[in-house]
Parts: sequence; structure tokens; C-alpha cells
Amino acid sequence: MTAETQMKTDPGGGPFRKRPRPGELAIRGFLFFCGVLSIATTIGIVYELGKESFLFFGDEEVSFVEFFTSTVWQPQVGGFGIWPLILGTLYISFIAMIVAIPIGLAAAIYLSEYASNRVRGFFKPVLEILVGIPTVVYGFFALTFMTPVLRSIFGTSVVDFFNVLSAGIVVGILIVPLISSLAEDALRAVPDSLRQAAYALGASKLEVSMRVVVPAALSGIAAGIVVAMSRAVGETMVVTLAAGASPRNFTLGQDPFFGYILNPFEGAQAMTGYVAITANGDLSYNTIDYNSIFAIGLTLFFMTLGLNSLSRRFVKRFQQVYE
Amino acid sequence: MSIEAPERPTQTSFPTETEYAGQLGRRQRKAVVFKFFCLAMLTIAVLALATLLYTIINDSFGLVAVVNQNDPDQIVADLGYDPATTGLQDLPYDELVGLLEANVSSGVGRRLERDQRFYEDRLVFEDDATWAEICSSDAPPTGCTAAPRDQSNVYALVQERVVVADVIASYPLVPSLLNPETFEEDVAAGFEAGRFPDYQPEQAFIEWRAWFNPTFLTTPQSSTPEVAGIRTAILGSAWLVLITILFAVPVGVGAAIYLVEYARPTRLNDFIQTNINNLAGVPSIIYGMLGLAIFVRVLEPFTSGAMFTTGVPPSDNGRTIVAAGLTLGLLTLPVVIISAQEALKSVPDSLRHAGLALGATRWQTVRSQIIPVALPGILTGTILAVARAVGETAPLILVGAASFITTDPSGPFSKFTALPIQIFQWTSFPQQEFHNLAAAASIALLLLLLTLNAVAVILRNRYSRRAE
Amino acid sequence: MTNETSTENKIDNVIEERMTIEPDQTGEAVPAVAEAPGVIETKDMSVFYGDFRAVADVSLNFGRNQISALIGPSGCGKSTVLRSLNRMNDLVATARTEGEVHYHGQNIYAEGVDPVEVRRTIGMVFQKPNPFPKSIHDNIAWGAKVNGFKGSKTDMADLVQEALEAAALWDEVKDKLQESGYSLSGGQQQRLCIARAIATKPDVILMDEPCSALDPIATLRIEELMLELKENYSIIIVTHNMQQAARVSDKTAFFNVKLNDTGMRTGRLVEYSPTEQLFTSPNEKDTEDYITGRFG
Repeated sequence: MTAETQMKTDPGGGPFRKRPRPGELAIRGFLFFCGVLSIATTIGIVYELGKESFLFFGDEEVSFVEFFTSTVWQPQVGGFGIWPLILGTLYISFIAMIVAIPIGLAAAIYLSEYASNRVRGFFKPVLEILVGIPTVVYGFFALTFMTPVLRSIFGTSVVDFFNVLSAGIVVGILIVPLISSLAEDALRAVPDSLRQAAYALGASKLEVSMRVVVPAALSGIAAGIVVAMSRAVGETMVVTLAAGASPRNFTLGQDPFFGYILNPFEGAQAMTGYVAITANGDLSYNTIDYNSIFAIGLTLFFMTLGLNSLSRRFVKRFQQVYE
Repeated sequence: MSIEAPERPTQTSFPTETEYAGQLGRRQRKAVVFKFFCLAMLTIAVLALATLLYTIINDSFGLVAVVNQNDPDQIVADLGYDPATTGLQDLPYDELVGLLEANVSSGVGRRLERDQRFYEDRLVFEDDATWAEICSSDAPPTGCTAAPRDQSNVYALVQERVVVADVIASYPLVPSLLNPETFEEDVAAGFEAGRFPDYQPEQAFIEWRAWFNPTFLTTPQSSTPEVAGIRTAILGSAWLVLITILFAVPVGVGAAIYLVEYARPTRLNDFIQTNINNLAGVPSIIYGMLGLAIFVRVLEPFTSGAMFTTGVPPSDNGRTIVAAGLTLGLLTLPVVIISAQEALKSVPDSLRHAGLALGATRWQTVRSQIIPVALPGILTGTILAVARAVGETAPLILVGAASFITTDPSGPFSKFTALPIQIFQWTSFPQQEFHNLAAAASIALLLLLLTLNAVAVILRNRYSRRAE
Repeated sequence: MTNETSTENKIDNVIEERMTIEPDQTGEAVPAVAEAPGVIETKDMSVFYGDFRAVADVSLNFGRNQISALIGPSGCGKSTVLRSLNRMNDLVATARTEGEVHYHGQNIYAEGVDPVEVRRTIGMVFQKPNPFPKSIHDNIAWGAKVNGFKGSKTDMADLVQEALEAAALWDEVKDKLQESGYSLSGGQQQRLCIARAIATKPDVILMDEPCSALDPIATLRIEELMLELKENYSIIIVTHNMQQAARVSDKTAFFNVKLNDTGMRTGRLVEYSPTEQLFTSPNEKDTEDYITGRFG
């Protein structure tokens, strides 16, 4: 043992006693703090959203019950039912899923089961680009291309300038890569021995893909779909620009179901759209409008949180299928 | 042709040979249809992307019908220059300022000067006494401390207020290339229909216009679409990126190092990890709300700059670059953490063991062995995360990006605008010219993102090759 | 071995096998023992992967209701030969087969022959048990359904029971048909795969090293099963275990691989004889060297 080592082992005990290393501790503390900051963020979100929502519900014009049961959102006259906004959000997301699931899933099947490496090397980056384009550009696209196209197909008297269909289709395009990449990963993770077994039984390629591989990859596919849905629900710019700023207030039983409530050719403000438009205008603190966006935000937060947790459960299942 | 098995046992439950042959044909046909369906869906996705890019490019270039209230060539000639060799933008700075002096009301001129001076050493519209007074007041205008205007800035002003070029109609790129005559007819028809009541048909002339051009990038924002540029927005976005990186990268990489290298599988650490995964999926607008509530409101003394007396004038509220940058930083944080974690996890354990076995502390091992190896991955992930933040609009709306601002941001505590906000606003105006501007700005934004992504991919390829 | 694509895995598997011919042979590929054409007969069959010739000029005659074994050192092409008998090689993009393979007199590589149909009557069991992630019942029902089974649910239940009995698995699983195929042990899973192959009523069952992933007891059970199955099916098995070939097969084909002058390692058939004869008094020196353990 050198003299140096002997000095280092000075704090009593034998040669291998733990010696205090303050620098090490400080660094570890700093890093831990960074990690904890993330919890602080979540707490911050829940706390701030909750606090302002509390103020919102505390206002005499607003009632908690009305918020969750009324189907009229008209702040100017004191109508604060959230259902029209939820209708807008869900309807647009629903249209987006109808667009994105067939395209995303079929694309994933093709890339996984049919495409050569070269073909895959071309298409995968293209799909990556789709998800990398800023949503405001998609909003521009919806307004300047999709809406005029829809109006020329169905007629300008049928399709309003702001309409749910245009926003829904464009959001659908936007989320295709979320489905296709998770689904493709799940499909490719299916061991090839299963495909071989199916072929050896005299199955065609379609039967092998759809009746063995896809069912085996189902939880991964489901995860992708749920992630895409969560993204669609939280999407702001496309719905703000293309779906308009009028909430679709309705009365069940009175308004025609397909003619009005589920009319895709008219605009319907979504939850995110409402928040964006309101915040973009003149907004003074602690007015009812200011507080309302937090109540909407809190609802949105829990919706996406639920969807994301669901998706993670699917991913865990998909990872466990093959021992 | 079918394969016959002469001794095949006949079972009533299985199809006969002829039945089977028919079924086989149908099954194979279905298989072919299915394959082409999948390929078609894939192609639709690609076509969607192509259509989007086409739309943007189509709206960024094309024919326009312009009316100049004052002819630039005439103005140049009146000043004694030869219009054939000297364009309006080539005039000396003093001449341009002179034009403004001659053509703009004193009220407007004073306002312009208070926003930003024309000369370092003398005033044009204001008198020295008043200027000194307003600059020493509690809320001095930006012109007191900001750098003076430059050539392109004043030229834009001249265009806007002296020449007053007005685009009365515009045409997209592809139709402009294929049938330009239709545009002329449309404009003529427009005049007849009385759509342009302020002008006479002879005043209008048709020219090519590239809405996306180098001047577009260097000209500040303006309410007149003909002279608007995205310089203010680009600078705003640049500041935001800077602050986002300064905040998200150290904290994010630090958290990742903690989670991968130090954290034991305790409940708390699992909770932190789940938490981060959750945060990565939270919609960006909610981060905007968080930023609004905390950075803009609660931390207003900090974010408005009132706490600092560095000579940077504070804003009157917390809707500043700092607040927006911190908000974007929070937004980017989970993504940075997750991708840094991936990079760190991909470093083989053998390196860690080697370092520790030599008697190094954990931090020494991490700092000199692990981080250098994981660095390219961390860098790539960070660049990609930042690229996403550049395109975010919703949080900026919430945090109060200014709806109209023409002066360049002077520091982290100034009001700001950003590229995506600009696109959003211009898209929401009904006039076609604003859509042209939005398209041009979209090209700029996409090019920026393309560059960032290309850098990330190059980095990844270079270092992954080296690592082998 | 790379893990990148299954295709590459397959090629790697196949490249292991190589063959050559004794220089003092009469220059022909060794013919099968002269007898009536068996259930499958190959004529001068060669398999190529791109430019690489994995196995050359194989002429074999597999007898009906017999167990024929293919043995040889690593890389000699025996798996490639086996997989070409039910056109499984078609799944490899670069694979190409020359020569003919006759099933009941018809060339399965002729123009217009659909490999899907070939595989209906020539089934396969793989080295590692690969049941579908479905229930035991559905594993067996799947092949039948895909091939157009038109019976009722009870007919299907009967078929499943029949197949499991033939695979000597019925007693062990009859009470848990709805459980996942993965809930069985390795040996049971392999018998499930055999039952699955039987359910489509094939004529021939190809087995690619069916016991190499199993423990000795499971192996023994499968070998007993093979001897039972040969009453109703013709079985062709690839094995690297000479003792196994000696135990169960009626005839054995020995393949070998050597580097030829162009630097390629192509497998060839060396000898195809009744098993007892091949193991006690082989015709070729290479065979004898392999059997006595001098190489392989």
C-alpha cells in the first residue's frame, strides 16, 4: 500500500472503509434533482389545471353538474356544458381513426410481409416525414386544399367553409405513421417460424398474414392505434384552423341526429380549438374565460392520460407474448 | 394443373378435389387483391405527403396582378437617378429616409422612430428634447435602446408607405405555368365585375412573384402582405430554440444519466420513469397552459425581466421569450430524457464494469467512459427533439406570442413571435395574399426542419460507423 | 449467424450443408435402389441460392409408408433437399430449383403448379416446435379450415381428437383443449405440431430435425410416434443424429459436402441404401468415414 492510499483510508477502520466523497454526492444529488423535476412538472400540470378549474367552478355562473351534463357551450350567455366540445373532439378523432387505421395497418402489413429491404428503406423515411411536419402546416393544408376539394366534390351548399370532415381527414393523415410504425414493429416481431408453420399447412400468403401474423401481433397493433387516438384528441392546430370556432351545441332528442349532430360537413369546435382561440384573443387573468380553458384542459389531460396508459398496457402485453 | 393424390382418403368434411381447385383459385385471387390493397394504402400515404408539399409550393410562387400607387421607377427618376440602372432598393440610405420624410405624416413618422430609430446620431421626426424626455421615463419605447434601422428595413417601409404596391390578385404556380392567359382574363373579368373599385384596369400589371425569396427571410413582419417578411419570426424562433436547449438539454441529460446509471429499481424511481413516459404523451397545448399559469403569471417578475437591471428593457408582463422558451423546454424535456436514456442504455455494460473495476467512482466512469460513447446518440436525440419544438404552435399561442410585432426581439425578455405563429396567423386571414405568405413561411419552416433532421441523421451515421 | 432477416437465417441454415462425390464413382449421381417409383422421387435436382449451388444432382426415390432419413455433416444440403420436397424453398427470394421432383408421378415444379396445393398433401414439422399462439384446438383446426374444411363443429372436434390421438397427445390434453399451445412442454408442443400437420390429411410428412430441440425422453416418444405414423403416412426425416436414423428409418441417404474447384461448397448425395446395410456395410468410403466418426 502506498502512502497515498494509506492517507485515503484514514477515517478509521480498515483499508476498504467508505470514504466520504462530497463531489460525488453533489453530482448524484443534482442528477436526482433533474429526475425529480419531471415529477414536479406533472404535479405542476395537475395543480395548476386543478387550481384554475376550481376557480372556474367556483364562479357563480358555472356549475360542476352543468359542465358535465349540459350540451350547450355558449359562454356569452352562461352556457358551460362541455359536451359540444367533446363531441367536436371525438368526432374529428373518429374520422381521423377511420382514415388512419386502414392506411396505417395496411401500410404496416405491406412493409412487414411483402416489401423487400430496399422498398422498405424508401417508404419508412417517407412515413417518418409525415409525422415530422408541423401541425400548423397541416392546418394550412386542410384549409387551402382539403376543404376546397371537399367543396368541389360535394358542392359548396353542402360543405361549409369550416367543416369537421376536412379537419378529420387531415388529422388522420397526420397520425398514420404512429399506427404504421408501432404495428410494423409488432408484425416484424412475430417469429418467422410461425409463418413457416402456416405455409407448410398449405396456406396462401393472405391467410398467413391475416390469420396468423396479424392476430399474433394484435396487442402491438392495438397499442399503436390507441397512441394515435390520443394524439388525435390532443391535436390543436388543424382543428383550430379547419374545424371552426363554433361549438356544435345540440339538444338530444330534438336536433336531427344525422342532419345536424353528426353532420360532418359543418364546423364543430373541439376542446383544443376552444382553448387556442380563447387564449389567442384578449385574455385577462381570473376572468371566467381564462378559468374555463383550464377546466377544459384538465378534462383533456385526463382523457389523453387514460388513453396513453391503456396503450402502455397493450405494449406490455405484446412484449410478453413470446417466451 | 393440380396435384393428384390417388390414395388420398376421401372425407366428407374435406372438399373434393374439384371443390378444392376452385377454392384455391379464389384464395389466390384474394391474396393478390389484398397485396395490391396494402400497396395502394401505402401509396396513398405517400401521395398525401406529396400533395401537401405540392400545395405549399404551389401557393408560394406564381403570377400576381399588382397596382402601384406610386411607380418606383418614377420615384427613382424624380430623385435624379436613372431607373434603368438603379432600382428603388439601390438608392442610398439617406435618400430612402428622405422619401419617408416627404411622404409620411409626422404622427406616423414619430411612431416609426419610436419603434426603431433611423440614425444613431440624429433624429428625423422627433425633436431632441422630447426624445430625451420619453427615453428617461418609466416605460421608454423600444427605439431608445434598440439598434437603428438598416437598408432593407427602410426599403420595406418605403415600399409599404411610398410606393404602396398592392397585390390585387394572385395565381398559384402550376396554373401560372400552364395557362397564364386564364389569369389575365380573370383579372380583366374582375375589373368588370367591380371587384377592384379603387383602381383602373390600366394601372394593374401582371408579373411573376416568388413569395418565398431571400428578401422574405430578411424583411421584418408587416401588416401589408406585399412587403411582409419573416425576419422577426425567425429571430423569435431562434431565441426560443436557444432557451429551449439551454434548459432542456442539461436537465434532460442529467435526468437520463440519473435514471440509467444511478437509480436502483425502487418504487420512487419506477414512478419517475412512468411519469416521464406519461409526460411524453401529454398534448402540447397542455404544456402551454402550464407555461401560461406558471411562467407567465406566477413567475412574472422573473420572466418579464423586471428583476434584472441589465439595461434590457422589461416587458409589461410575462409574455416574453423566456416564458415561451421555458415552456417549450418543459415540452421537450421528456423526449430528451427518453432518447438520452436509449443512448445510454445502448452503451455495453462491459464499459461500466471496466471503469468501476479499476476503482473509479461512478461519476468518473460515467463522465469519461459512458458519456463519450453515448454522446452521438444523445446529440441526435436532442436535435430531433428540438426540431419538434421548433414546429410547435399551440403552446406559443397560450403563452402569448404577440399577434403582431415588427421589431426584432432585443433579448430574452422581449415580446416575440415565431415562425409557426406567423403561419397560423396568416392562414387565418381570408385574403389570398396572406395564404401565399403562409405558404412561403411554411417552406422556410420545412427547410429549417429538414436541415435539423439531416444534421441529426448525418451525426448518427457518422458515429455509428465509427463505433463499429 | 446473423439475426437480421429470416431470409438470411434460412440461407445460413442451408449453407451449412455441403456434399461431394467420390472420384472413382461412375460419374453418375448414385441412384436409388431399383424399385417401383415411391411416393416422392427427385430427378437430378439442384438447388441454387442466387449463384451459389447448395446441393447438386440429387436423385432419390422415397418409398410409400416408409421412414427415409437424410443424414450428413453440417452444410451438406440435407435440409435444403427436404425443404424442396414441399416447395418451402420458394419462400426464399433467391432460391431456384432445377431438375424435377415427382409426387405420384407429377412434377411439383412444373409450370402452373401452385405450391400452396403441394403443401396441403406434403406436410412439415420443424426443428423447433412452433405452435401458433392460439388454443390447442385452434392450432389443429387452423390448417383444416384454411384448406376448406366444411364440416360442422362436431366434425371438427372429431378431427382434432383424431389428430391428437395419432400424435399420442390426446390423453394429456383432452381436458385443456382451449388452453394456449404454449402451455405445453417442449416435447408436447412438438407432438402438437405433428398433430397439426396430420390434421390436413397429408400423404407425406417431412420432419426437419424434429427432436434436436427436445430432451432424450421426449425424443424417444417422438421416435415411437414416427414408427406408429408410418402405417398411414410416408415420413422423410432429416437428422444429424446417426443413432436416431439407425433406430427409426427404413432407408437412409447420406449426403456430403466438399469444396469444388470453383471454391463453392456444394452438397451431393453419396449413398442411399436400406438403413441396416448403410450402417453395417456401406458402399462408399465417405459414408463409412462419417458413420465411424472420422469426420462430421
